[in-house]
Amino acid sequence: MNAFIKFCLIISLIISIFSQSIAAEKVDYLKTDWSFKGLFGKFDRASLQRGYQVYTEVCAACHSMKYLSYRNLSEKGGPEFSVEQAKAIAASFEVVDGPNADGEMFTRPAKLSDKFVMPYENEKAAQAANGGAYPPDMSVLVKARGGGVDYIYSLLQGYETAPAGMILDEGVHYNKYMYGNKIKMSAPLSDGIIEYGDGTTASVEQMSKDVTTFLMWAAEPHLEARHRMGFKAIIYLIILTTLVYFSMKKIWSRIESEV
Amino acid sequence: MSEHEFRPKSKVGQWFNDRLPLLTLANHLTDYPTPKNLNYWWTFGGILTFCLITQIVTGLTLAMHYIAHADMAFESVEHIMRDVNYGWLIRYIHANGASMFFLAVYIHIFRSLFYGSYKSPREIIWILGIIIYLLMMAAAFMGYVLPWGQMSFWGATVITNLFSAIPLVGEGIVTWLWGGYSVDNPTLTRFFTLHYLIPFLILGLVVLHIWALHVPGNNNPVGIDIKKPSKDTVPFHPYIVIKDGFALLMFMIVFAFFVFYSPNILGHADNYIEANPMVTPAHIVPEWYLLPFYAILRSVPDKLLGVVAMLSAILILAVLPWLDTSKIRSAVFRPLYKQFYWILVADVLILGYVGAMPAEGLYLLIARVATAYYFLHFLVILPVLGFKEKTIPIPLSITEPVLGGTPNLAMAKKKESKIE
Repeated sequence: MNAFIKFCLIISLIISIFSQSIAAEKVDYLKTDWSFKGLFGKFDRASLQRGYQVYTEVCAACHSMKYLSYRNLSEKGGPEFSVEQAKAIAASFEVVDGPNADGEMFTRPAKLSDKFVMPYENEKAAQAANGGAYPPDMSVLVKARGGGVDYIYSLLQGYETAPAGMILDEGVHYNKYMYGNKIKMSAPLSDGIIEYGDGTTASVEQMSKDVTTFLMWAAEPHLEARHRMGFKAIIYLIILTTLVYFSMKKIWSRIESEV
Repeated sequence: MSEHEFRPKSKVGQWFNDRLPLLTLANHLTDYPTPKNLNYWWTFGGILTFCLITQIVTGLTLAMHYIAHADMAFESVEHIMRDVNYGWLIRYIHANGASMFFLAVYIHIFRSLFYGSYKSPREIIWILGIIIYLLMMAAAFMGYVLPWGQMSFWGATVITNLFSAIPLVGEGIVTWLWGGYSVDNPTLTRFFTLHYLIPFLILGLVVLHIWALHVPGNNNPVGIDIKKPSKDTVPFHPYIVIKDGFALLMFMIVFAFFVFYSPNILGHADNYIEANPMVTPAHIVPEWYLLPFYAILRSVPDKLLGVVAMLSAILILAVLPWLDTSKIRSAVFRPLYKQFYWILVADVLILGYVGAMPAEGLYLLIARVATAYYFLHFLVILPVLGFKEKTIPIPLSITEPVLGGTPNLAMAKKKESKIE
C-alpha cells in the first residue's frame, strides 16, 4: 500500500507539471451557459429555432449540411418546428429530381424527406466560389473541432484587426481563435444582420450562441434521448449493483472469508 | 466438487451426457474450485468476456447498416447515428466499448504482472493472452479505420507504411496490403473483412485461455500452490459468479457514463471530418490504448529499428515467464520487485502520455528514456532480481499463513471471538 501511495504521488506530480506546460499554449475560449450540458441537458427550443434562422439566412449561403433532412426540423428533440412549418421550409427550396418518364431531370420544391439542399453543386464549385477554401459541411462540425461548441462560439466572435506586423493576404482575415489566426471566412455575423421572428435582439453574441446550439443539435440529434436514457440506465445499474452487493455479502458470509 | 464422478440424475441426461458430455462441462464450470482469497483485480477476466461479447453483438448490428466503401462509409456511419433506431446507442457502445476493453485488458495484464500469474505452470495461459492482446490491437486499429474519417485514413496510412521499413520487400508488401498504391477502397474493404473475422478468432483463443486456466487453476494474491478442492477454495458458483457479477456492474456504471455523457471524449475530433487524401492532419495520433507503443516507435530515429522496437516491446512479454527468474510469484513477498513493478507502471503511463505529444524536444527525450527503461526492466532488472532479491517467507496455505495471519485469518478469528 505504501508503494501505491508513493506511486500516486509521483504520477500526480508528473501530471501537474505536464498539464502546466500545455496549459501555457492553450487558448481560452469564450464561455457561455449551454443548456444541453450536464446530466439532464436539453436544447433550448427557441434558441434552436433562432439558430436555424441564422444558419439558413447566413451560413447556408456557403456551408452545406448534407446529412440533415427537412423532416429532422420537426422531429422530437430538435427545433421542433410543426410539421406544417417544416413542410413550408422544405418547399422554399428547389431540388433536382428525376429522371421522369421522358428521361428528363426536373426541379421541384423540396419535401420533408429531402436532404438539406447544398449551396454548391460539389466541393470544387464551393472552393472556386470561395477563393480556394472549402466551407466545411456543418452536419457534424461541432464534433469535428477540438474545442467543440466553445470553439465555434468563440470563433464567430473572434474577428479582430490583425496585430501590427502581421501580414494578411488578400481575402484572409484575422481571427483570435482560429488555428494559426488566419481564416478565409470573413466575419459572418454583425449586429442586426438578421431579424429574429420572436423579437430577440440579434446581437453577434446572441446569434453566435443560437447558431452554435443549432449546430450541436445537427451533430447530435439524439442528444436529449441519450441524456434521458443515460440517467435511467445509470440509476438502474446503481440499484442493481447495490442489490447484488448485499447478495454477495450474504453468500460469502457462509464461509470464513471476506469480499 | 467431484467432477470426475459427476453423473446426471435423469435418464435422458445420462443418455445425452454419455454421447456429448456437455453436462459434465457445465458441472465442471460451476464446481470449479477457486481460491477464496482472490481480490477484485481477479474479476477482470469476467469483465473482459463481457467486453468481447458486447463488441461482437454491437458490431454485428452495426455491420448490418454500415457500408464498406470509400465513398459511402462516412455517410453510412452518419446514417447509423441519425436514422437507424438506437443506432447512436449501438455505435457509441461499440466505440467506447473498445476503450473499455483495453482498459480492462491492461488491468488484467498488470494484475498478472504483480501476482506473477505468468509463471510456471501457467505459461501457456499467459502466451495465449499475449496473442489475444495482439489480435485485439489489430482489430481495434482496423475498426478505427472503418468510419473513414481523417484519423482513420491517416492512421491507416501511417501504420501500414511501417511495413515499408522491411528491407527489400517492404514496398511490395505495403502495396499488397493496400491493394493499390495508396490507402483506398480496397484497403477499406479488406480491413472491414478482417475486423469482422478477428473477434471470432479472439473468442476461440479465449476458450483456450480459459481451458488452459482450468488445468492448474487460478493463481491467487498469495501466489502459492493450493490444494484443490480444499478449505482454501470455493466453488466457482455461486461465490465467484456473484463477485464477478458485482464487479462487472461497477464496471458497467463507468462504461455507461462514457456512452451516455461523454461518448466522444476518447476519440479524436478529426475523425468526424471525412477522409481526405489531400489534407494531412496536424498531428496523427492513434487511440489512447496504443499510445505507449506509438511512443516507443517514434523514440527510435531509424524507421526499421523503430518498428523492431515497437514489436519487441509486445513480444518481449511472451517470453516473460523465462525472463523472470524468481521462484516467488506474488509481489507481496518480493519487496524489491514490488518497487520496480510500480516504476514500470509509471513508465508505461509516461510512454502513453508522450505518445500523444509531438515527437520533439523534451517529449522525445522523455520517450527515449522511458523506452530504454521499459526494455531494461524486462531484460536486465527482472532476470537479475530473481537471484539477488531477498524475499519474505511465504505462507504454506491461504488459511494457515506462517506470518501471524493474513487479513482473512484475522477476520475469521475476530468473528469467532464475537460469537464467544
